[in-house]
Amino acid sequence: MSEEMTGSASLVRSLESAGVEVVFGIPGGAILPAYDPLMDSEKIRHILVRHEQGAGHAAEGYATATGRVGVCMATSGPGATNLVTALADAHMDSVPIVAITGQVASRAIGTDAFQEADIRGITFPVTKHNYLITDPADIPVAIAEAFHIAATGRPGPVLVDISKDALQAQTTFHWPEKLDLPGYKPTTKPHNRQIKQAAKLITEAERPVLYIGGGVIKAGGAPELAMLAELAQIPVVTTLMARGAFPDTNPLNLGMPGMHGTVAAVGSLQEADLLIAVGTRFDDRVTGELSSFAPKARIIHADIDPAEIGKNKPVEVPIVGDAREILAALAVALQSQHDRGNTGDYAAWRDRVFGWKKTYSLGYDEPSDGTLAPQYVIERLGAIAGPEAIYAAGVGQHQMWAAQFVEYENPRTWLNSGGLGTMGYAVPAAMGAKVGLPDAVVWAVDGDGCFQMTNQELATCTINDIPIKVALINNASLGMVRQWQTLFYSERYSNTDLQSHEFPDFVKLAEAYGAVGLRCDNAADVDATIEKAMAINDRPVVVDFRVHRDAMVWPMVAAGSSNDEIKYARDIAPKWDGSDD
Amino acid sequence: MTETTRHTLSVLVQDVPGVLARIAGLFSRRGFNIESLAVGTTEKAGVSRMTIVVKGDEQPLEQVTKQLNKLVNVLKIVELDGQNSVSRELVMVKVRSTRETRSHVLETAELFRAKVVDVAPESVVIEATGNRGKLNALLRVLEPFGVLELIQSGAVATSRGGKGISERALRSA
Repeated sequence: MSEEMTGSASLVRSLESAGVEVVFGIPGGAILPAYDPLMDSEKIRHILVRHEQGAGHAAEGYATATGRVGVCMATSGPGATNLVTALADAHMDSVPIVAITGQVASRAIGTDAFQEADIRGITFPVTKHNYLITDPADIPVAIAEAFHIAATGRPGPVLVDISKDALQAQTTFHWPEKLDLPGYKPTTKPHNRQIKQAAKLITEAERPVLYIGGGVIKAGGAPELAMLAELAQIPVVTTLMARGAFPDTNPLNLGMPGMHGTVAAVGSLQEADLLIAVGTRFDDRVTGELSSFAPKARIIHADIDPAEIGKNKPVEVPIVGDAREILAALAVALQSQHDRGNTGDYAAWRDRVFGWKKTYSLGYDEPSDGTLAPQYVIERLGAIAGPEAIYAAGVGQHQMWAAQFVEYENPRTWLNSGGLGTMGYAVPAAMGAKVGLPDAVVWAVDGDGCFQMTNQELATCTINDIPIKVALINNASLGMVRQWQTLFYSERYSNTDLQSHEFPDFVKLAEAYGAVGLRCDNAADVDATIEKAMAINDRPVVVDFRVHRDAMVWPMVAAGSSNDEIKYARDIAPKWDGSDD
Repeated sequence: MTETTRHTLSVLVQDVPGVLARIAGLFSRRGFNIESLAVGTTEKAGVSRMTIVVKGDEQPLEQVTKQLNKLVNVLKIVELDGQNSVSRELVMVKVRSTRETRSHVLETAELFRAKVVDVAPESVVIEATGNRGKLNALLRVLEPFGVLELIQSGAVATSRGGKGISERALRSA
């Protein structure tokens, strides 16, 4: 099954063999040879983006929404360095993407040639693995390995840099049947003894919480999670990366923990005597000041990445493995405990946390000046677009509100940049998601700051028939930074006023890109405007929601503070009734 | 003892371009200074062995070890403890030696079972191998003669006993 062809053709054949159906990218000098056979591929659709960062986030959005590996392509030098932000983002949020970059000819490597950048060296810290290929014979193996490494274990980005001469040279295409990766053997099957020990701790606990992270979604473990939670009747908190892993309408769901988490979710972790942490990494935005996080809890920590276990908090029962397999095994082990009459009794605990959930439900104040509350816009968007839609957010206040006020019922419907916090993620990620799932309604919930970093991809969307919808939460500021200036810098608003109620005119901007531009600045028109946007399916839509700029994200645990210091609203601390201390 | 301790890691890696940069970069971005590092081929083709000596606390070192283990080109990591391993470094010292002091210098080298590998009218070069303690002692004794140049290799180390690194389990993570 070997065939003679150029390195470029071998690359395209390799991508086809890996099952690639879409590539987001931009050609340039060094990658140019690859674009010639790519033009003839009947299996691969190439989408020409306007900036390589857009290609990277589109690959991420595609991967997160579909569960398949996303692919982006760029040329050497600046093309490749423009991918770095998206690679770092995918690395932090464990998103499986493969980036293909052209490199200058091998004899020119190391000479500071035109558009030369050591992208392999640059991306060592932000990729799961990477390659520099200078021999065309190595292309199929590198591509096969890249897709395997990106998708398995803890998923992540892999970059394959290929020199121009390797793309141009003649070679033999041979797709490897088996991969030889002696240093890469992720553990997926959990250790039985650890599972049994965990089940025992669960039955012994009085105040357990399932602390669920994005790993559960990546492992496809949402059904197993639901099974375990229902069996055990244990409250669940879903981190920013895990929104949708467990239905928000399930009464056991306490919402999101962390800096802007619900009082019930944060409080439950602080008061718990057992954390069952699955596919999560005890991130500082969840734990707050680490030394006072979950001070009363024994910890079961399950993750596919052994390096995450015990990284931030000492763990009593470590479990390495695939989150889906772990949750399934835990459910079985717990059932056998139940069969022997060992059921935990968490009724009193549930009453307590449900009490917090009721007393400190998510809410917001209507602006006193009659302007539009951003939370209301997002709440209505979630209600109208519904739980089958996909929501991609940028980073900042609108992201937190979208995590709080949209009710998620399904995994892979909430896309955001959690770890790296990349402004500009939303539009290209929504584009990638829509390409992967063309029948889904895809909303980018974006801020006016974020939107101006990557909105050029609207052109890509219009031209390539990718009708995404953008809800622009336009408060004319870098809202989250402004919130911190309000709270911690004596309302001195240094460089956070974007004046984006005047410049640019987002409706005109949308129209210039061939999208529909709508504007809404009062609550009475919100539903009608969203419905109007929902009815447009032949081109992208941008809705400029002009909202109150002083709205703030609550609850909040100030950076570096203990979770115990959570404020429900400004200067309002929750009362922890019935504390058993 | 609150003082940070010295750890010796023996790391088997695939002998591929860039592997040293990957490993050195990982230590640096996780906040560790590599005290010494020696790389060489092993009994197995395509596999190199790195002996890395770092100073640091147990807990962060365990994190670095786990992160190292995630590198696709890393095959195995074993921490060698001082008691059950043998460690050797090599030094070459260019020592000032005049006609008056030469016999003293040579005598000193002899006492440490060090070799003289070059003799010039004003200097000699002494080569010695040993563990860190022995080499430090040698350097202290040579110091008064005037050390013109000191060249030190990284440590290489192996476990005691019949088993090789590839048969040993990674320290429990």
